[in-house]
Amino acid sequence: MSLLTFLAQQQPEPVQRVVDTVTTGEAVTFWILGPLALAGALGMLFARNAVHSALWLVVTMLSLGVLYMVQQAPFLGFVQIIVYTGAIMMLFLFVLMMVGRDSSDSVVEVIRGQRLAAALLGIGFAVMLVGSVGRALTGVDARGLAEVNTTNGGNVGNIGSKLFTEYLFAFELTSALLITAALGAMILAFVGRDGKPAKKTQKELVEERFQDGKRVGSLPGPGVFATANSVATPALLPDGTVAEESLFDVIEATDRSTLSDDVAEVAGTAHEPDAHALKGSES
Amino acid sequence: MTQHVYAAEIGETAKLLADDPFWLILVKVVAIFAFLVVMTLFMINWERKVVARMQQRPGPNRVGPNGWLQSLADGLKLAFKEDIRPVLADKWVFFLAPVISCIPAFLAFSVIPLAGEVNLFGEQTALQLVDLPVGVLVVLACSSIGVYGIVLSGWASGSPYPLLGALRSAAQVISYEIAMGLSIVAVIMFTGSMSTGDIVGAQATTVLGFAPGWFGFLLFPSFAIYVVSMVGETNRAPFDLPEAESELVGGFHTEYSSLKFALFFLAEYVNMVTVSALATTLFLGGYHAPWSGEFMNTGWWGLLWFIIKTLGFLFIFIWLRGTLPRMRYDQFMRLGWKVLVPTSLVWIMAVAVIRTGAIQQLSTAQRLIALGVIVGLVLLVSFLLPDKKVQDTKGVPLAGSGFPVPPLDLVVPKTAPKRKVKVATLPKETAAVTTGKEAE
Repeated sequence: MSLLTFLAQQQPEPVQRVVDTVTTGEAVTFWILGPLALAGALGMLFARNAVHSALWLVVTMLSLGVLYMVQQAPFLGFVQIIVYTGAIMMLFLFVLMMVGRDSSDSVVEVIRGQRLAAALLGIGFAVMLVGSVGRALTGVDARGLAEVNTTNGGNVGNIGSKLFTEYLFAFELTSALLITAALGAMILAFVGRDGKPAKKTQKELVEERFQDGKRVGSLPGPGVFATANSVATPALLPDGTVAEESLFDVIEATDRSTLSDDVAEVAGTAHEPDAHALKGSES
Repeated sequence: MTQHVYAAEIGETAKLLADDPFWLILVKVVAIFAFLVVMTLFMINWERKVVARMQQRPGPNRVGPNGWLQSLADGLKLAFKEDIRPVLADKWVFFLAPVISCIPAFLAFSVIPLAGEVNLFGEQTALQLVDLPVGVLVVLACSSIGVYGIVLSGWASGSPYPLLGALRSAAQVISYEIAMGLSIVAVIMFTGSMSTGDIVGAQATTVLGFAPGWFGFLLFPSFAIYVVSMVGETNRAPFDLPEAESELVGGFHTEYSSLKFALFFLAEYVNMVTVSALATTLFLGGYHAPWSGEFMNTGWWGLLWFIIKTLGFLFIFIWLRGTLPRMRYDQFMRLGWKVLVPTSLVWIMAVAVIRTGAIQQLSTAQRLIALGVIVGLVLLVSFLLPDKKVQDTKGVPLAGSGFPVPPLDLVVPKTAPKRKVKVATLPKETAAVTTGKEAE
């Protein structure tokens, strides 16, 4: 495994290592947060609801963030919380909420050979993970950050100087990748304004409406005045004739008998409210 | 303990706090909790009274002396109300959401320095719970978790208005947190530390011999951006879109009642206090008096200055609510992304250049050359910008439809002179609509 040998080369000489002791507080925190992180991961896998899944993942991420803090990396811990939990998971939640709570996963294979590829890659990733974690557990001595945190500007200063000297190329490459992704997303979502305007401005809409010369205002409402509260009642023009534009297509198409109650009400031939109807039939 | 090893790199405040006994930490935790709850009760009353004065009415003046216990009474009443959970609500998330929004609000206050070195029950300590090397990030992290409360409450309620409020809130807080984070960067660059204790310590200077060296003056653009984004971050008027009453009923907390609603209320006000306290810490010299020297500037006096400055920011919150109408959502987003964030970035560049110049001890000639290059670049960019399109003033004649429609550019004539005839002297007209009795 070339990756493992590469990782091994990255380890510093044993002489330089300063082994910090694990304090009681750290141990207690680990035994609380470790199972919690694991529970979060399992919960994410087995939760039925997509939003619940995302929330379980948030639990895992928060636990990891606190573990970083306990292990003398406060900057990393808080950035983990701000960036992953605060921004990325929030965007996930945003999308999930837009999708709706009842939508379920599609089991149809969209890409040919998707499952096979996913299984292979998954197994490969698992092997890699087990290999590196196993090596970290057995072959590598713990190296505390106490020394780094106390020299040369402390935790934050050291991360900054590493990032902008030794790892500058990787850092810039990552930012280039992110900018490309952002640009791609913007192009995909962009609706051009030079060709056909996708959305007219309010002013353009007003001018268009006036240009037509037909009707500027809204259509007359139904004749819902003092006599009736039915939308089937037509509006009357000043000379007493029915305003055709106030008639609603759907109502015009309905059977007349279904509207007979409304007609009766307008005509004044409907039943008067009977006070005795409230009493039981026996009395 | 490894804590003492850090001493070489940590600030004065952190050293003071490092040997706090456990009981003292507990006392501070309880004190901070009590302070925030009392501030919430006070703020609700103060807000109602100030807004009332702005609207020419007395405001709450019945419960307690001058009505100052009104919010306490309201809070007690709220606790005894029926707790309603909608049928469509997601049981667990609906319960968790107010808790999630409340806890980070309190947590964020732990890094705020309330005063410098004081003697508390015989122990020399600073009035601050912890002073982490990344203190400022704690507040940002807490606010980013606090959003979950709002978003989840909106989603879990299972009804459309809360969901809309939640979506608005998610987008709003993420955008304004970026502006907030960028406005803090300049302060961190000047201090060289993220610890809140160090940031306050770095402002204990004077500029021009008399003025306090607060970052609010030295880094005014950052200060302005922070103040705008802190209003956006706490969902307060004129940026209270997630709970816009006229559009979304109550927004994310429409379906909440009883104690759960009270928790949201508490979280909102605690958040306001926290961002105001952070603004004080970062930009107005924290617990320092407005003058240098020892006079009224040591020990417990710090608490007084801190509270006065924080109350100043809180008053601005109330003032904004009493005066400004709510912004439209797209305008609000445009302000965040197209004004605050780019301005912040340009300003950070400028601060970086100034800082480098100060550290490198450049000669006058070098400074002038640098200035010339910058001006040249600005000119180049401004020449490359396309001209603004001239509006077509002629347009189309609009009143062509036969309707008596006034033109769009109609100049409204001045108000007519007041009617000479008094209404009282006019002959009495008979009412057009009469009551049923008169008709009979």
